[in-house]
Amino acid sequence: MSVFQMFSWPFMQRALIAGVLVSLCAALLGVSLVLKRYSMIGDGLSHVSFGALAVAVALGVTPLYFSIPVVILAAFLLLRAADDPRRSNDAAIAAMSASALALGVLVISRTSGMTTDVDSYMFGSVLAMSWGDVALSAVLCGAVLALYVLHYHKIFAITFDESFSRATGLKVDRYNTLLAVLTALTIVLGMRMMGAMLISSLIIFPALTAMRLFRSFRGVVLCAAVTSVGCFCAGLTVSFAASTPVGATVVAADLTVFLCAWAVRTLRR
Amino acid sequence: MEPHELIVCGDVSLGYEGQTVLSHLDLTVREGDYLCVVGDNGSGKSTLLRGLLGLLAPLSGTIRRAPELERGAVGYLPQQTQAQRDFPATVFEVALSGCLNQKGFFYSGAQKAQALMNLGKLGVLEWKDKSYRELSGGQQQRVLLARALCAARRLLILDEPITGLDPAAAQDLYKTLHYLNKTEGMAIVMVTHDLAPALRSARTVLHIGRQGNFLGTVPDYLASPLGRRFREAEE
Repeated sequence: MSVFQMFSWPFMQRALIAGVLVSLCAALLGVSLVLKRYSMIGDGLSHVSFGALAVAVALGVTPLYFSIPVVILAAFLLLRAADDPRRSNDAAIAAMSASALALGVLVISRTSGMTTDVDSYMFGSVLAMSWGDVALSAVLCGAVLALYVLHYHKIFAITFDESFSRATGLKVDRYNTLLAVLTALTIVLGMRMMGAMLISSLIIFPALTAMRLFRSFRGVVLCAAVTSVGCFCAGLTVSFAASTPVGATVVAADLTVFLCAWAVRTLRR
Repeated sequence: MEPHELIVCGDVSLGYEGQTVLSHLDLTVREGDYLCVVGDNGSGKSTLLRGLLGLLAPLSGTIRRAPELERGAVGYLPQQTQAQRDFPATVFEVALSGCLNQKGFFYSGAQKAQALMNLGKLGVLEWKDKSYRELSGGQQQRVLLARALCAARRLLILDEPITGLDPAAAQDLYKTLHYLNKTEGMAIVMVTHDLAPALRSARTVLHIGRQGNFLGTVPDYLASPLGRRFREAEE
C-alpha cells in the first residue's frame, strides 16, 4: 500500500497533523527543559495526565476539559518542587508520578475494568485523535512557535543562566511558568496517541539528539524540531505498515536517530 | 544619592522568612571601587549579593541603587552550575545575551558589535564560534565576563568567581579584573574564599562574621583582629 493510500484514511490524516504539531511543540519545549535539567518534569506530568484521564472517564466528563487544568496545576507544583534548593526534588517528582499512576489504575479498575482502556491510555492509540484535538494542537503549536520566535533570546538567556537573567531584570518566573503550562498542554494533547508511558520521550529525545550534533543553541533548537517531526512521520508510517503501536514505533525511531547522533559525535572526536 | 554612587546600603538587615542573616550593615559602592566580601560559610555573603542585586528586599534599612541598576544594567557573574558547563551555545550567543536588558525583540547591529568588542577586550574573540562547553573553566569565565560587560557600564558583581579554576586560570582572572577596574573604571564587588590574591588587588574589604562586620581598606583589615588571624596564616 502506498503512502498516499495510507493517508486517505481520515484517522491517519488526523494522527499525522496532530502528531506533527505536538512533536514540534514537544521538541521546542524539550530543548529548554532538558538543558535546565527538568526532564523529570515531563515524565511526572505524563503520569499525572494518565491519572487525570482515568478520573475524567470515570466521572463522564470530556477528558481534555478535566485533564488540562489538573495537569497545569501539577506543572506548577512540579516546577516549584524542582526549584526548591532545600529539598531533594527528584524523589518528590517520582512519588507524585507513581501516585498519579496508581490512582489512575485504581479508578479504571473500579469503573470500566482493566481492559483495553488501560492499554490504550498507557501506550497510546492512533485512533485517539479527533478533529477537535487536531484544532487544539494547532492552537498550542501556534502559541509555542510564537513564544519561540518572539522571545527566542530571552528563552536562551533564561535557559542558559537563570541567576544572571534575574539580576538583569528578566521575569524568569513568568517564563518558567509559561514553559510549564505549555509543556502540560503538549503532554495532555499528545498522550492519547503516544501513550502516558511514552509521551515524555517526545520531549527528551529530540533535544538529546540535537545536543550531540550541534554546538550552537540555534542549531540545537532547529535540529530538535526537524528530528522530532521527522521521527514522528517515520514512526507513524512504519506503525501503519507493520501494524505496530504508534507510540512505541515513534520512540523506536527517536532512539535510532539518537544512537546515530551519538555514534557521529563519538567518531568525530 | 550622588551620581558616582552605585549602591548605598543604610543600616540594612537581610534575611529570609523573618530570620535575619545579616544585620545593621552600612555600605556604599562607588564608581571605580574594588570591594572584596569575605566571611565564613553561611555568614550571609550570598544573601548580601542577592540584596545588592535587588533580588531580595531588606528586612529593615534601605538599599538604594543607581537608576541604571534598577533597569537591569548589572554585570553579574553568578556561580556556574554543572548544567551550564556543558551547555550547547556558541561563545558569541552567550556574550550577546548580556545585551538583553536593552530594548527590542531582536539584537541590533550595534549590540552585536558591542558583544564582539567585549569578547575582544577579554581575549576570547577568536573562539566566538566555538561551543561554550568546549572551553576550559577559565575561558568560560572570560566569556561570562564579556557577557557581564555587555550588560553593564559601571558595576561588576562576582560570586565566588574562581571556584573550579586551576591556579593559573585564577591568577589570570584576577589580572583581568584588575585591568577592568583600572582601565575601564568598572566598580567590582566580589565574594570570595580565596583571600590572598583577592586582597592584593582589592581596595576595600567587607568581612561578614557572626561576631560583627568589618568594613575598611585592605591595610586596616590586615591590622584588625579578623585580618590578623588570616595574615599569620599567610606568613
